[in-house]
Amino acid sequence: MKLNHEVVEKNVGLMGILIAVVVSVAGLFEIVPLMFDAKAVKPVPGLKPYTALQQAGRDVYVSEGCYVCHSQQVRPFVSEVLRYGPYSRAGESVYDRPFQWGSKRTGPDLARVGGLYSDEWHEVHLMDPRAVVPESNMPAFPWLAEEMVDPVQTQKSLKTLQWMGHPYTDEEVANAAKEVEGKTKLEALIAYLQVLGTAVPRSLSQ
Amino acid sequence: MNEVTYNDKVVRQFAVMTLIWGIVGMLVGVWIAGQLAWPSWNFDGLVPWLSFNRLRPLHTNAVIFAFAGSALIGTSFYVVQRTSHVRLFSDKLAAFVFWGYQLVIVGAVLTLPFGYTQSREYAELIWPLDVLLTIVWVAYAVVFFGTLAKRKVKHIYVANWFYAAFIITIAILHVFNNLQIPVNWHLSYSVYSGAVDALVQWWYGHNAVGFFLTAGFLGMMYYFVPKQAGRPIYSYRLSIVHFWALISSYMWAGPHHLHYTSLPDWAQSLGMVFSLILLAPSWGGMINGIMTLSGAWHKLRDDPIIKFLIVSLSFYGMSTFEGPMMAVKTVNAMSHYTDWTIGHVHSGALGWVAMMTLGSLYVLFPRLYGRKQMYSTQLINVHFWVATLGIVLYIASMWIAGVMQGLMWRDVNPDGTLVYSFIESIKATYPYYIARFIGGLMFLTGMFIMAYNVWKTIRGDEPADLPLTYGAKTA
Repeated sequence: MKLNHEVVEKNVGLMGILIAVVVSVAGLFEIVPLMFDAKAVKPVPGLKPYTALQQAGRDVYVSEGCYVCHSQQVRPFVSEVLRYGPYSRAGESVYDRPFQWGSKRTGPDLARVGGLYSDEWHEVHLMDPRAVVPESNMPAFPWLAEEMVDPVQTQKSLKTLQWMGHPYTDEEVANAAKEVEGKTKLEALIAYLQVLGTAVPRSLSQ
Repeated sequence: MNEVTYNDKVVRQFAVMTLIWGIVGMLVGVWIAGQLAWPSWNFDGLVPWLSFNRLRPLHTNAVIFAFAGSALIGTSFYVVQRTSHVRLFSDKLAAFVFWGYQLVIVGAVLTLPFGYTQSREYAELIWPLDVLLTIVWVAYAVVFFGTLAKRKVKHIYVANWFYAAFIITIAILHVFNNLQIPVNWHLSYSVYSGAVDALVQWWYGHNAVGFFLTAGFLGMMYYFVPKQAGRPIYSYRLSIVHFWALISSYMWAGPHHLHYTSLPDWAQSLGMVFSLILLAPSWGGMINGIMTLSGAWHKLRDDPIIKFLIVSLSFYGMSTFEGPMMAVKTVNAMSHYTDWTIGHVHSGALGWVAMMTLGSLYVLFPRLYGRKQMYSTQLINVHFWVATLGIVLYIASMWIAGVMQGLMWRDVNPDGTLVYSFIESIKATYPYYIARFIGGLMFLTGMFIMAYNVWKTIRGDEPADLPLTYGAKTA
């Protein structure tokens, strides 16, 4: 071993190439096959791409870093299904760029939060979380009620996503700016939260 | 005189910035730890860029890329020159690496708190900054490998293998994880979606730990531990075996961040198996480092810098045992999404990465500024204890909090209803958030003590105290 390794130790080019090869193997065997795994890349029945307002709300969700405290992934355990609803399917996330599965639950999971609370509840909660949940340590987001969604950006977003393969009609893209005109970021975010996890019927729980 | 010298200017610049960014990043960390314990610190959202959600990515980016990154690039430039017996490949390019890298960090400070983010953990930077970082990284690789190519020593020293693996792999990870289609100058969408995006991101995320925070720091360890101990590396053969084993198995372990998610099972199982395998090469590195001190254990008593380095290796051994354990699916079912993960990260980040960095900086600063020794050995000792106790308080509180949360979330009554609401788990966590805040504050205090000590050393003040047996021979 010592003798063989000397060759590598004395040749910086060889060492660099060997390192690159060794570290690339995993990606080729793990990630590339997943790209062709139907379960991971085919939408679940009934899943629609986000509307212009929902997508704008999703961009707000990403921008505000909601993912640092909220996961969007119900695991297949009894306690999780009881708490949040049916466990998450890969096919529910295929229109998610970037994915928002998260890694930490400082607050509860949001994968199935859609339809669980009223729009008004979300509005009060986002403006002042402790008004509805006194022990909460979530920050308040009052600025979202003042900042407006950018219609130009939203239209470009949908156009980009359509180009990337999300099944939007040309009409949906054309109307995107109009749809979000005059909407606050708060309204957009709530529209996004309300659609989360609704493609899979809650009755699948049990 | 045409005598060739080492380029230590760029090393000095990186060393000073390591300290400054360390203080900035940890200050933000302590601040956001306070916000979790006392939500009023978010000021009711009156200042959006001071909110937890905006600052948490700034904290992670500042400590990983600004603090640890500056330490890695700076020490790699120092080590590659010393172990190759040549000056850096190009002074101009090295200066570009320094200023370019600092520009990326300033870019992060000017974007993340204002909501410009990709939301990919530890790859939050928006696409223009990703492009800039790619250019800087290529320049860095050219300087490092260019220096190795013109080396006057036949063998490439082991520290450089690890630095080389770190530079090459981070380049691959950074490029493939940040493939984005821009919408405008700050918004872009990932070319991957859903489950594939998740796997790519955690392939990146896990190996940012594996190569930025591990392989790179093993490079640092392989130079500064033997240097300060004044002894050769324990086993040459072990370093060969654990180097190749480490870099080949790390890359497979990413899916353990996605256990029980909708990522297909085969990928999860692969991730778990390779995470368990990882224990062996990780401990290979730890044993090789700690055993370097064999026959000179008394230095642990006499030299506080050695204490930093050896405690760092101990935390490395501990967190690389904890990691594979948490990657076992049944354990992960309980630990995932809880504060245990945060505790695990910080036993690695504070215990291993920061302690190794600080120990190495204490070796470096007097050498870089032509001083015989640090201004005060006593203050190094104080720093060591404040930092170590701070880490212990931090990780112990997060362990308890995490296990508690995991158990509360899964507790089901005999009648099939949940025992605890989610908010009850938050309520129960507050005391531990306060303990963690204090632990973090202690570690930050140590950083200020070090800054004072370094400031006095650079200024060239007379040493405040004379050590009985100070470290190894000067370089």
